[in-house]
Amino acid sequence: MSMPSIETLLVVVVLAPLVGAVLNGLFSRFLKHSTVSLLGVGAPVVAFAAALLAVIQWLPLRASLPDASVTVMLFKWIEAGPIVIDASLYLDPLSAVMILVVTGIGSLIHLYSVGYMHDDSSYARYFSHLNLFTFSMLLLVLGRSLLLLFVGWEGVGLCSYLLIGFWFTDMDKAIAGKKAFIVNRIGDFGFLLALFFLLFHLNGTLDVPSLRQAVADPTSVFNTDTAMVTLVTLLLFVGATGKSAQIPLYVWLPDAMAGPTPVSALIHAATMVTAGVYMIARLNFLFVLAPVSMAVIASVGAVTAIFAASIGLVQNDIKKVLAYSTVSQLGYMILGVGVGAFGAGVFHLMTHAFFKACLFLGAGSVIHAMAGEQDIRKMGGLAKKMPFTRWTFLISTMAIAGVPFLSGFFSKDEILFKTLTYHHVSGVVPEWLSVVWFALALGAALMTAMYMFRLYFLTFSGEQRDHHAHPHESPATMTIPLVVLAIGAALAGYLGLPDPSLNVWEHLLAPVFGAAEESILATGSHALELGLMGVSTVVALTGIGLAWWLYRGAGQQVPARIAASMSGLHRLLSNKYYVDEIYDTLVIRPLKAYAHFLWKWIDVGLIDGIMVNGPARLLSAVGGAGRRLATGDVQGYAAALVVGLAVIVFLFL
Amino acid sequence: MGIDTRAVTPFLTMTMLLPLVGALLLAMIPADRARAHRGISLVASIGAFLVSLSIWTNFNPALAGFQLVEDHAWLAFGARYTVGVDGISLLLVMLTTLLTPLTILSTFGAIKQRTREFHIAMLVLETCMLGTLLAMDMLLFFVFWEIMLVPMFLIIGVWGGERRIYAAVKFFLYTTIGSVLMFVGILYMYLQGGGTSFAYLDALKTGLDLREQLWLFAAFGLAFAIKVPLFPFHTWLPDAHVEAPTAGSVILAGVLLKMGTYGFLRFAIPLFPDAAGTFGLPIMLLAVVGVIYGSLVAWAQDDVKKLVAYSSVAHLGFVMLGMFAMTAEAVQGSILQMVNHGISTGALFLLVGVLYERRHTRLIAAYGGIAKPMKVFAFFMVVITLSSIGLPGTNGFIGEFLILAGTFREALATPGDAGIAMMVLGVLASTGIVLGAIYMLTMVRKVLFGPITHAENEHLQDVTFREGFVLGTLVVLVFWIGLFPNPFLSRTSASVNALLETCKSRMVQHRLISQADGQASPQADGLAYERPYRVALHGEVAE
Repeated sequence: MSMPSIETLLVVVVLAPLVGAVLNGLFSRFLKHSTVSLLGVGAPVVAFAAALLAVIQWLPLRASLPDASVTVMLFKWIEAGPIVIDASLYLDPLSAVMILVVTGIGSLIHLYSVGYMHDDSSYARYFSHLNLFTFSMLLLVLGRSLLLLFVGWEGVGLCSYLLIGFWFTDMDKAIAGKKAFIVNRIGDFGFLLALFFLLFHLNGTLDVPSLRQAVADPTSVFNTDTAMVTLVTLLLFVGATGKSAQIPLYVWLPDAMAGPTPVSALIHAATMVTAGVYMIARLNFLFVLAPVSMAVIASVGAVTAIFAASIGLVQNDIKKVLAYSTVSQLGYMILGVGVGAFGAGVFHLMTHAFFKACLFLGAGSVIHAMAGEQDIRKMGGLAKKMPFTRWTFLISTMAIAGVPFLSGFFSKDEILFKTLTYHHVSGVVPEWLSVVWFALALGAALMTAMYMFRLYFLTFSGEQRDHHAHPHESPATMTIPLVVLAIGAALAGYLGLPDPSLNVWEHLLAPVFGAAEESILATGSHALELGLMGVSTVVALTGIGLAWWLYRGAGQQVPARIAASMSGLHRLLSNKYYVDEIYDTLVIRPLKAYAHFLWKWIDVGLIDGIMVNGPARLLSAVGGAGRRLATGDVQGYAAALVVGLAVIVFLFL
Repeated sequence: MGIDTRAVTPFLTMTMLLPLVGALLLAMIPADRARAHRGISLVASIGAFLVSLSIWTNFNPALAGFQLVEDHAWLAFGARYTVGVDGISLLLVMLTTLLTPLTILSTFGAIKQRTREFHIAMLVLETCMLGTLLAMDMLLFFVFWEIMLVPMFLIIGVWGGERRIYAAVKFFLYTTIGSVLMFVGILYMYLQGGGTSFAYLDALKTGLDLREQLWLFAAFGLAFAIKVPLFPFHTWLPDAHVEAPTAGSVILAGVLLKMGTYGFLRFAIPLFPDAAGTFGLPIMLLAVVGVIYGSLVAWAQDDVKKLVAYSSVAHLGFVMLGMFAMTAEAVQGSILQMVNHGISTGALFLLVGVLYERRHTRLIAAYGGIAKPMKVFAFFMVVITLSSIGLPGTNGFIGEFLILAGTFREALATPGDAGIAMMVLGVLASTGIVLGAIYMLTMVRKVLFGPITHAENEHLQDVTFREGFVLGTLVVLVFWIGLFPNPFLSRTSASVNALLETCKSRMVQHRLISQADGQASPQADGLAYERPYRVALHGEVAE
């Protein structure tokens, strides 16, 4: 039996989750529980297998392919005026990596969900939405046209909305879902505006390779009109701040924890939230032409990284800690792509997908065992009761904290290193900014080690502090994914070793990022890189040590004392810098009041009351006539109407 | 814009006549035979739909002009019975013939009084709507346009809610006032053309100076603007919708409003292109105000039906924006968006009707948490909401995307302040995608989600098979158009391109320049329409 072609396989990758979503969505009442599981988990597994086979075939071929890419034309989607948008899939090194991450980690999380959602009354709806999400994410990643990417982009937003509000009878969850959608839409507004500019300058296409070609032409408008490119890239970045939860649009992500925990792992940690990073990496050749935009992106990423980490230090909800951690780690990735280290940014995306998915699933396992309890102050001592959860959680915690030789260590380090080697070609952006970014990122790294080990110690070490629940290890459908993800969290970093000859990752992605990175990153010295590794090792160990001292060791009274002596700062952090309250007061309430004003005063009062009904009162006699007609002999009127119309029609015969 | 003169089966007249025959039959049935009324009404409207499928299949997308034309003498002074279909009207004709039987089907549970008269009114209304869309004679158009008011007036006034008389009279007066001026305009055109013909194609050849154009555009434009409704002529709409029975709202929003936008595209713009250019930016401004204002006011509503009514103001703002951007993609997007609005807003009114039949209230606060007892209903409501807010993959996205993309192209290609103004308008209109999500999802959250707060909602009956069939048909269209819009777009493209070309060739400035050069303008070749309309206008004025 010969192997199906890459083209066929790619279609299977995208369609399998869609089929799963439709079957479980529309026909659930005819399906048994086990069939729902089979379809729900089978869909991403089939997609993963197809993705794997496609990539295996593509790897040896890629050197001979243009841009190392394969295109599958599905159909012409939109044609109007000069606009021609194809629905076609595009496999290149970047999308190859992404589909493996999405379907691979996605499959594990689907499997985990079988155990986690076992008793839910809307089991089929859950898998239908989760499959639909996988489909949308794959479309986002594989879409050759930016408009197809945008379909996936909004599609994942929709699934996020549906899954955050999955338990919709709880009003808070429904509100959190709505908030996620609307905040994402604000970002999408920017994205869409950028598309309109690109559409104009590309004469009606949004095809990414065509854009790349246009950019490569030194006489094209993209190389002559920096203002336009800066505007377009900033607008695209607005979209990225929405999807990838960056300042100022990150506010939806912490609330998104209202969704089932596997959803948090898949959508709000491993895949969807990385879409902004992916998009910037996808359009790397465009972004490097706009140094001001790049500086804005790097700055937002660095500030978000430390800002969210500082909030994470004082959260007590296990999922909220991980949520702010995700915002912070996304800040790292954004910083990475912002300094032109596209490969490093996507590398961190991949390692983060492993360890953060593992952490969320571990948290889910803990919540499951604690009968729904999410407050880490009430946990403790779970290490003995839940060995699989504990060890996998510990490995992932070490990975995110930057403990040497685990995945996060390599990927985070590369971003730190490249931040310092960023080459300020334009002269528009002051060079000391690099140092600021580096300092912020290093500070965030320290905090990350601290809050993650605080979380670990409070949850797993010591004795159980609340005895209402009877913790137990989770079933195999849940522990197997944990183990696989923990292995990834430990080893994924070895794809990108800090040595050019050993760096498989960089080599693989060179066709996508090579040119752009060369134009913007100086070759840093190897000594600097090794030195930085030493620095970040010290930082990570310091953070872990502090966490040990404060939450396990002699300093256990210190956090309370700090909180008391610096109560203002503590309140500020606990309340997440009051950002939600500020948005509510400055934006949402005034807008709502304005809407009411428009309705009551302008619409009902001015336009209808004075402009329309004023003169109408003068014509009330006519109105009276109409009233008599309306309440009079309707039958007669209708008959007259028919006859009248018939007469008119037959007049010409 | 020529005429395809092949001898054809009179599909257009057959489609128009079938509902009328149904109405005549109904008039002969005793008043108490409700089942028979419903049956005849449904059969007649389905018959019209089936015949209209022949229009669709016989339509040649490559031709720009009118097709399937029928032409007969009618009145002695030059008015003729001339009907034809082109890419501007085709989709709306299909929308009308599809939506009418679905709407009739939806009334089987709701309309229990005077069923015979109700169905007569529905069928007569269908004939009039089709006539308005198909007429190629301006007097014939006007006759249909006017008669159309009567059945809708009755549907609101007789089968409506508590304040139905106020709403019906307001609707009637408001639209009639607009129509009177249009009638004067039609007569003026008739006399200007020599007093021999009301034919639309002749009207396109009538030479008019700029001052005449401005007055005539205003006369026609007011009638159309009220119908659309364009801000600030919209206040009859919420009243009419709230008081109308569900079927009335569906047809009103689904088809009747489109008569206004269709009127602009068919008459006001190509007949008076210089005036359209002059009034273009102010109208685009009103359209964008409508998008934002309609969205915000919709957000403030506590009555679901009013919310949907104001959302129509916002959606039709998009349609108007696209038409006056006058690029091919924007105008095609506008036509498609007219259909999309008919589908999604029609379906929203049907959904509200489903709730109203069960609980007899339209207040959002009376619901909450009903996704639990009404799972299928919740599915439909969420899908239709997504279509309404233009999620990619649904029909709404294609329309909004093309309209905005076309507006931006026109803005970027237009030099000077006009271009900047248009850019600002395009950006402001784009905020509609955020505002739309805000008011729609807020409503969905309050109606469907959260705990059940009213005990009577605990055991609400989910949608019946009949209701599900109606809504399901519309949902299929939502995805069909969203995923495969090309069969629809390709049928509009030739006519839209020709229309934009006609506009250009009719412009006074263009004619003057051509005369001065003693030759055709270089843009006058077949591809000239690809150049945005306003560039041509401004560019040539500048020279």
